Amino acid sequence: MSEDRPIDAIESTKATSAPPPAALAGVSKRFGATQALTDVSLDVMAGEIHALVGENGAGKSTIVKVFAGIHQPDSGTVVLDGNPTLVHGPAHARSLGIAVVHQEPRLFPDLTVAENVFMGHAPMGRLGTLNWREMRQSADRIFESLNVRMDTGEIVRGLSMADQQLIEIAKALSIDARVLILDEPTASLSTHEVERLFSIVRQTRDRGVAILFVSHRLEEVFQLCDRATVLRDGRHVITAPTSELDAPTLVRHMVGRAVSLFPRSTAHIGDVLLDVRGLTRVGAFRDVTFSVRSGEIVGLAGLVGAGRTEIARVLFGLDRADVGEIRLDGKRVHFRSPSEALGAGVAYVPEDRHIDGLVEGFTISENVTLPIIPRLFPHLFMRTGRERTLTAGYAERLRIRATGMDDLIESLSGGNQQKVVIAKWLATKPRVLILDEPTRGVDIGAKVEVHRIISDLAASGLGIVLISSELPEVLAMSDRIMVLHEGRIAAEIPRAEASEERVMLAATGQMAEETASGS
Amino acid sequence: MALSVRANAPSPGRAAGALLGRLARSREATLALVVIVLAALVWLAAPSFLSPTNLISVTSFTAIIAIAAVGEALVIITKNIDLSVESTMGLVAFVVAVVLQGRNIPVPAAWAFGIGLGLALGMANGVIITIFRVPSIVATLGTLSIYRGLTYWVANGKEITTSDLPANYTDPSSQTFFGVPLFVILAVAVVIVAGIALRYTVAGRALYAVGSNADAAATIGVRARSTVFMAFAVSGMLAGMAGVLWGIQFGQLYASSANGQSLAVIAAVVVGGVSISGGSGTVVGAAIGALFLGLINNALVVLNLPQEWLQVIYGAVILLAVATDALVQVRAQRAKARSRLR
Repeated sequence: MSEDRPIDAIESTKATSAPPPAALAGVSKRFGATQALTDVSLDVMAGEIHALVGENGAGKSTIVKVFAGIHQPDSGTVVLDGNPTLVHGPAHARSLGIAVVHQEPRLFPDLTVAENVFMGHAPMGRLGTLNWREMRQSADRIFESLNVRMDTGEIVRGLSMADQQLIEIAKALSIDARVLILDEPTASLSTHEVERLFSIVRQTRDRGVAILFVSHRLEEVFQLCDRATVLRDGRHVITAPTSELDAPTLVRHMVGRAVSLFPRSTAHIGDVLLDVRGLTRVGAFRDVTFSVRSGEIVGLAGLVGAGRTEIARVLFGLDRADVGEIRLDGKRVHFRSPSEALGAGVAYVPEDRHIDGLVEGFTISENVTLPIIPRLFPHLFMRTGRERTLTAGYAERLRIRATGMDDLIESLSGGNQQKVVIAKWLATKPRVLILDEPTRGVDIGAKVEVHRIISDLAASGLGIVLISSELPEVLAMSDRIMVLHEGRIAAEIPRAEASEERVMLAATGQMAEETASGS
Repeated sequence: MALSVRANAPSPGRAAGALLGRLARSREATLALVVIVLAALVWLAAPSFLSPTNLISVTSFTAIIAIAAVGEALVIITKNIDLSVESTMGLVAFVVAVVLQGRNIPVPAAWAFGIGLGLALGMANGVIITIFRVPSIVATLGTLSIYRGLTYWVANGKEITTSDLPANYTDPSSQTFFGVPLFVILAVAVVIVAGIALRYTVAGRALYAVGSNADAAATIGVRARSTVFMAFAVSGMLAGMAGVLWGIQFGQLYASSANGQSLAVIAAVVVGGVSISGGSGTVVGAAIGALFLGLINNALVVLNLPQEWLQVIYGAVILLAVATDALVQVRAQRAKARSRLR
């Protein structure tokens, strides 16, 4: 799909010399010992999509929170339409026409879609009471204008992440925002949902809204954004039209050095470890057949909801299959619980490390040894010395950066937390490792390290199942790619034949006939 | 490009989800039906159930619980709980009687004082919870004991009988207008006012917002603490009103009056469909829940069943209601997820 970059849109605003709707002038912000932002200036023009990129900890979210009124700058100021403005809080920001779509949707799960859109500025009737009918109709109109089908009377609980994100955008439009800030809105979306989001963001831009788009994904910056600002260590590095940038340049600005993405050394591929035949779980996936060999990385690609995580959950004993068999080393297994799966040598690094992976308030070593406590301490009492030594070994191998193994888990960066999760499951000495979105929300430097770790693990003889929504990651890491579409395997693509186009076609159900010819 | 690949067309999964959703949402209607069937059964087993005296007795007791349950519902919608309702009722009922004893005060003024005392006790709960940041379950467990202790202190080992009170003090409990007991009229008025406030005012919706997702509420400028404070203040005020009515209903007051009624009030709220995890439910549901419990209470009397079972029934009702909610929610969510896959 091609979309004209409206460079002329920027040009025209410059021509009329209207001040930018949203800007920062020399903003600095310190939290305790951490200098989050140092003298950052940037401007977002009406009718442009302005990318804000940088590694985790570069200061992107602090900038978002300064615009949102959650933080106030120590020095420097927010400038709206040329006027220096003190944004007191989130409600004040909204009244100034600044709408923020946070990374995690912040909705009311018990209330309807319409009420979520209008909470805080609901249409009122004559008696100062809420006008429900008008609220519903206005919400319908907003979704209509976005070309999205949405039942605005439905309760939000249970809606997909993508739908929830759209509700956040509808919220922004409902206050007639002139400045829209999107904080990594694509982190939880599948490729197709990202496309839908992008077309909505472009429509919004074309209405003259100034959009600040925070992202980790470089391809999105080039696909969607008109200009990009790079931050590093809380400082402004460069602002340039995306047409004058390319990915290696952007990465170099972000990390301050050149890095190659996805180092993948091919491993010796051995015998079949995991063999899945005709696996079906009603309502989740149907007739799934694939195998994983020792030393092999098998990618599971597909849209969100295609059944990837659901398959992983069955393999790990969290859910049961209705039909089909799982063989490990040729022996048929029936896992009734994760502990049985762990005992047999299957480990699962879940999608959301905050919910399923880590215990906040625990130290690094306490987190790592959590699944193996009974094995580590067969007697009544625990000895923390043993925990620490064991953890230190993994920390060295995975290059976990921390002052010590007694650091609290929440003191680590996202990338290091993810390494702790991986260490935790490696401590169970698995033979098959299932990784569900292992690099979601980690910065580029850490991502490269996680990829190196996965590659090393395969080389050491593990069989690896890699679930990822990031196509470049799946393509670069996998020896074979199983593409799921609506709960079925739509294609099996060997590494040599894999391309983004082929995977996408299969994932959107336009290549279902390839199932048979896959291998 | 096509904007929607996801099939939004009705499918069995979606239809099932919608049906379950509607069922969960019309908890009030379902429960009302249960109440009617139950009443019919009790009447068949014991025709004396429909005698005017018994009907007034059932409905008056139900009205008292319903008024307190409306306040409790507001609190539970914000994802908090008020365990101190029974002690507020007991203290107010007793203090109002003490104030009237041997003094020449107009009776309505004493009632207004009682409701004001309830408001003050509720505000005290609110202060402990929103300013001193004590979780509501602990805070109101504390005041449950403190308010009861104050009643014992005021009572000083004595009890109050009808003869200590102004003549005809208990008359309003049997008064009717066009055949409708006064207490029922009061309860219906409370339900209507609270129901409209919850559904049609910004402050009412703020209760749901805070209970459903306090962080999200904060980002749009809803002040969680003042919202929760308000809920506890109103809960205290309505518990005070229930306490005044309790005194009128029974005339005979002990330091332990209304003991154990918090359980009935909370049971009424949760069986009426107010989610214990906050964010959903209606005061109409809470009132029907009170009617359900009042009916069971009375059924034990007219059918000559042992009263000891009441505690067991209240407890079982709470557990059953909360368990059903959890099940319905999981089912509805799964149905929604499936409908997305198809």
